[in-house]
Amino acid sequence: MDIILITTAVITVIGIVVGAGLVFTGKKFYVKVDEREAAVRECLPGNNCGACGFAGCDAAAAAIVAGDAPVNVCPVGGSAVAQRIGGIMGENAEAVERKVAFVRCKGTCEVTKNQGEYIGIRDCRTAVLSGMNLTDCDYGCIGLGSCVEACPQNAISVVDGVAVVNEKRCVGCGLCAKACPKNLIELVPESKQIRVQCSNKDKGPQVKKVCQAGCIGCSLCVRQCESGAITVNTNLAHINYEACTQCGKCAEKCPAKVICVPAPEEPVSENVPA
Amino acid sequence: MKNLILIILGGALINNVVLNQFLGICSFLGVSKQMKASASLGGAVIFVMTIASAVASLLYDYVLKPLGIDFMKTIVFILVIAALVQIVEMFLKKTSPAVYKSLGIYLPLITTNCAVLGVALTNVQNEYNFIESVLAGFGTAIGFTLAIILLASIRSRIREEDLPAPLRGAPIVLISAALMSIAFMGFSGLAF
Repeated sequence: MDIILITTAVITVIGIVVGAGLVFTGKKFYVKVDEREAAVRECLPGNNCGACGFAGCDAAAAAIVAGDAPVNVCPVGGSAVAQRIGGIMGENAEAVERKVAFVRCKGTCEVTKNQGEYIGIRDCRTAVLSGMNLTDCDYGCIGLGSCVEACPQNAISVVDGVAVVNEKRCVGCGLCAKACPKNLIELVPESKQIRVQCSNKDKGPQVKKVCQAGCIGCSLCVRQCESGAITVNTNLAHINYEACTQCGKCAEKCPAKVICVPAPEEPVSENVPA
Repeated sequence: MKNLILIILGGALINNVVLNQFLGICSFLGVSKQMKASASLGGAVIFVMTIASAVASLLYDYVLKPLGIDFMKTIVFILVIAALVQIVEMFLKKTSPAVYKSLGIYLPLITTNCAVLGVALTNVQNEYNFIESVLAGFGTAIGFTLAIILLASIRSRIREEDLPAPLRGAPIVLISAALMSIAFMGFSGLAF
């Protein structure tokens, strides 16, 4: 019986001493944490993708509170998150348009040919290092899916030899753009559906030889555009998304149909604020 | 003196805590993805294990043993080690934020690492005195750090390889760890 009492007493005493020690140290070495930091962290999406350039959502929250980062630093959360953080920080958030990844290539198996069959590691970067041109077009999508591997949201799939982004799933983190050895993927504003779906910088005849859906740099779109949003340099059309009014006239005239048109079931409103 | 060197060497290589005694496997496999993280964890383990061994040894020699309740050592050690790490964490957060930042999340994480408790219990079992216990804890932690940094560097190489699909991820890590364990068995021939 004694041994049980002694044991209980000793454990209790140790427990009390340790507890008191913890309380004492907690009080003595209390470090004040900015409560705004916790509140900001709550607003952030929390998938720690690193698209903001910080080492995760915790680091981003600390940077926002410290004033080292703007309230709209999170590209994934977009304007909704920026406004909530702005409310905490007492600032007005500039509206941030949600960005999505876009693959600038239309070279499906139908319109362009492969030079040969690639047998090796199924990875675009490795394939490029092998020095073999997998597609006739030097600029086009190889379709081995490095971007698919890189995407944390499963938003990319390779359809008919070309990577396609599911814009509903895309969070705009830009990891796919980093993974693509051909630099085909760029982040574009979600509302701007008129985009040039080609990256070939060769002259027209050469483009026509390798792909039926390539931009030949004919400048027809430039003449169509009323807002002067399109320019052609290095034989490739570029759209300035801030000036584009989404009228779609360029897409109608494009002989190679390389400028995408909005999907018919999702009509884009005519006056989208820039 | 020779005895003390032997204790450190034995803890680090011959009776390596991970590869020979199979303690602390979860953090060994979990945190060895990146070299930097494993080095931080190793640092935190060295820190905690040395302090925990010292405190556990004192507690056992001067409280538990005289009162004849040394059978309670496991529970008492768990309690004291967990509290100790918490206190050390708070202390570091206030006094040296740089150290706190470099150890980061790993300091509270290893509170529940079985290797830390394992060392405290092994020390008692081997009837080490205070100095021997501290050195054994330090040596064991060095062994843990060595093992986890080795595995992290192996994994960083494996990542670049074209592995057969069924081996990717956890399987190849376990195979690598097993081969390391076999390699470390070679140290058991070390005798003085």
